[in-house]
Amino acid sequence: MSQKSRLHIPHAAARPGETPDFSYLALSPAGAVARPPVDSRMSDIEFLSNDLVRVLDENHAAQGPWNPGLDSSTLLEALRLMVLVRQYDDRMQRMQRQGKITFYVQSLGEEAVSIGGGLALRDSDMLFPAYRNQGLYILRNTGLVEMMSHCLSNTNDFCRGRQMPVFYQNAKNRVFTISGNLATQYPQAVGWAMAAAIKGEDAIAASWVGDGSTAEADFHYALTFAAVYQAPVILNVVNNQWAISTFQGVAGGERRSFAARGLGLGIPGVRVDGNDLLAVYAVTQWAAERARSGGGPTLIELVTYRGGAHSTSDDPTRYRPKDEWAAFPLGDPLHRLKGHLVQAGSWSDEQHLAMEEQMKQYVLDCWKKATTFGTMTEGPFLRVHEMFEDVFEHMPQHLQRQQAQLLELEGI
Amino acid sequence: MAQMTMIQAINSALDIMLDIDPSVVILGEDVGYFGGVFRCTEGLQKKYGDHRVIDAPIAEGGIIGTAIGLGVNGLRPVAEIQFADYIYPGFDQVVSELARLRYRSDGTFYSPVTIRTPCGGGIRGGQTHSQSPEAIFTHISGLITVMPSNPFDAKGLLVSAIESNDPVIFFEPKRIYNGPFDGDPNNPSVPWSSHPLGEVPEAYYNVPLGKAALVETGHELTIISYGTIVHVAQAAAKLAGVSADIIDVRTLMPLDIDTIRQSVSKTGRCLVAHEATRFCGYGAELVATVQEECFWSLEAPIERVTGWDTPYPHAFEWQYFPGQKRLLAGIRKVMEAK
Repeated sequence: MSQKSRLHIPHAAARPGETPDFSYLALSPAGAVARPPVDSRMSDIEFLSNDLVRVLDENHAAQGPWNPGLDSSTLLEALRLMVLVRQYDDRMQRMQRQGKITFYVQSLGEEAVSIGGGLALRDSDMLFPAYRNQGLYILRNTGLVEMMSHCLSNTNDFCRGRQMPVFYQNAKNRVFTISGNLATQYPQAVGWAMAAAIKGEDAIAASWVGDGSTAEADFHYALTFAAVYQAPVILNVVNNQWAISTFQGVAGGERRSFAARGLGLGIPGVRVDGNDLLAVYAVTQWAAERARSGGGPTLIELVTYRGGAHSTSDDPTRYRPKDEWAAFPLGDPLHRLKGHLVQAGSWSDEQHLAMEEQMKQYVLDCWKKATTFGTMTEGPFLRVHEMFEDVFEHMPQHLQRQQAQLLELEGI
Repeated sequence: MAQMTMIQAINSALDIMLDIDPSVVILGEDVGYFGGVFRCTEGLQKKYGDHRVIDAPIAEGGIIGTAIGLGVNGLRPVAEIQFADYIYPGFDQVVSELARLRYRSDGTFYSPVTIRTPCGGGIRGGQTHSQSPEAIFTHISGLITVMPSNPFDAKGLLVSAIESNDPVIFFEPKRIYNGPFDGDPNNPSVPWSSHPLGEVPEAYYNVPLGKAALVETGHELTIISYGTIVHVAQAAAKLAGVSADIIDVRTLMPLDIDTIRQSVSKTGRCLVAHEATRFCGYGAELVATVQEECFWSLEAPIERVTGWDTPYPHAFEWQYFPGQKRLLAGIRKVMEAK
């Protein structure tokens, strides 16, 4: 072992105490990337996986062929949802810090990923989110009281206390249950989409993973099956630059974009500004049209930044510069959409402040309502025997015995 | 001697092995610059460089498969899987490859991989951060499976694991990373500095694999356990006022049968306890072993206290966890049986 190693060990561009450096991010000007027809040949649209689709320019004006041309009421609704997600996160983060819930995961800085992507899909499309996609649940009317009740593991929890906080579900409105294991939902989304095609239905599936999770085998299973069967599915990679302490280069992002991961399998990739709601909407709409018209899967890389910690168990000041988010060249998705509406004359700072206040109050009201179904310390509580239900459809004898044993021990 | 938490003891074992053996390398998620989400590898990349303490992509199958290759080519890899709950993507590499390389190649190839992974509940981790999957690994021929219950053993056993030419799955009960736990979450937390086995030599030493520890000696009952539950069993035996041998098996595979036989032949009563699910759990193997080795000495049916056969429920952590109440009921049952 005397020879000098020829290995390359990836290292983050900046660590605590150093100046943030995003020079590794390849950017395209807003409006600069062409919008090809959805039935384009693979070989003609490889540029989409290298360039960066952007609509909003530095003055918040919409530019170029990817401008989805959404009316102001739709954009205001998108803005309202993003504000709601951020206010929800803010409250739940604080509730965890006060010991009211055991754990929490914020989506700070990534709100446009869920809201932009979700809005471009139909209600009949099935969503397979990761744990930072709370925006999808909020968008699909899961109900803040219900989501909070889940985080409290109380009597109104739709998981009946089986899961840690943030592992939501909403079967009625077609949002899958979150696992916590990474990328496991990705091939499942492909399977769901294949079933829709087999049954002759119009619905498509969409799934989301982080840049870090693309290293998992499940990611590659999903791409292979989606490509082989041309499944009507949208596979999103949320590249928020950080997987806990490792930057996106450790997941293999140093040489090619994540959007390019599917090229070898014949899956078109689109790299998009994930903090530009208009661009996220437009790209998702393009991919959905492809899927619905028999064009098969699309891999979308959403370039964004994890504004907060990985979770409430994490302390990012140990591994990245404190001011890194402020230096991120794609900014804050919420401020950018707000800026767009203001410069278009359909919104004002005053209206925005009032709406923020209104959302904040709404979130607080929901929290108060949720706690009436029980907290970690005050009842009502779930009944302990429910722990044994749903392991199987019908409870086998050994579980019936264990259930009886526990009830006896608890004196119930 | 120094006072160490289990985390510090594990860090010390890794530090020493990296120092004395240039073939030792560590790889895992967040183990490098950050020092691991539980801080077990803190400072090691800075000290030994990025070629020996390597941040890995999030791919457990990739980490374990790569570790096997590193080991086949003469290195001595220590792979960290961030939570035992996340080891399953690497399962094929463990079962079909790591465990069988020596056998299938007639001893020509082997890979001395150690896989460290935090396990167990009691930290409000729900079903994805609380599992105790040890029995899935003890069931595989060719793997050594270890679970320490204190800092002294953690360091000594980890040193032995790294030195072993056979693959070792090294489970670290995360509930007791920072202090022993008697099974009652309402009691104030206790630091390792208050426990005799929190005294850990700073220098090299090892604890041999395959040897159980008798952590309490008595004459009325034998309690066999490992990991967090060793401490719960000690508290429960005290509460019950029973004079018990308490065996910490430490190495689950290969099992120290002699220590078990000698104890149960003496006491005539036996209780086995673990946090993992019951059905086909490691306790079933312990019960079968006691029955085979000590049947004519037994004065009562062997009692088994375990987690329930459900996923680990977030809301019912303490009703799921086999705490003092369950241990106590088990002790009473086995002591009262005629």
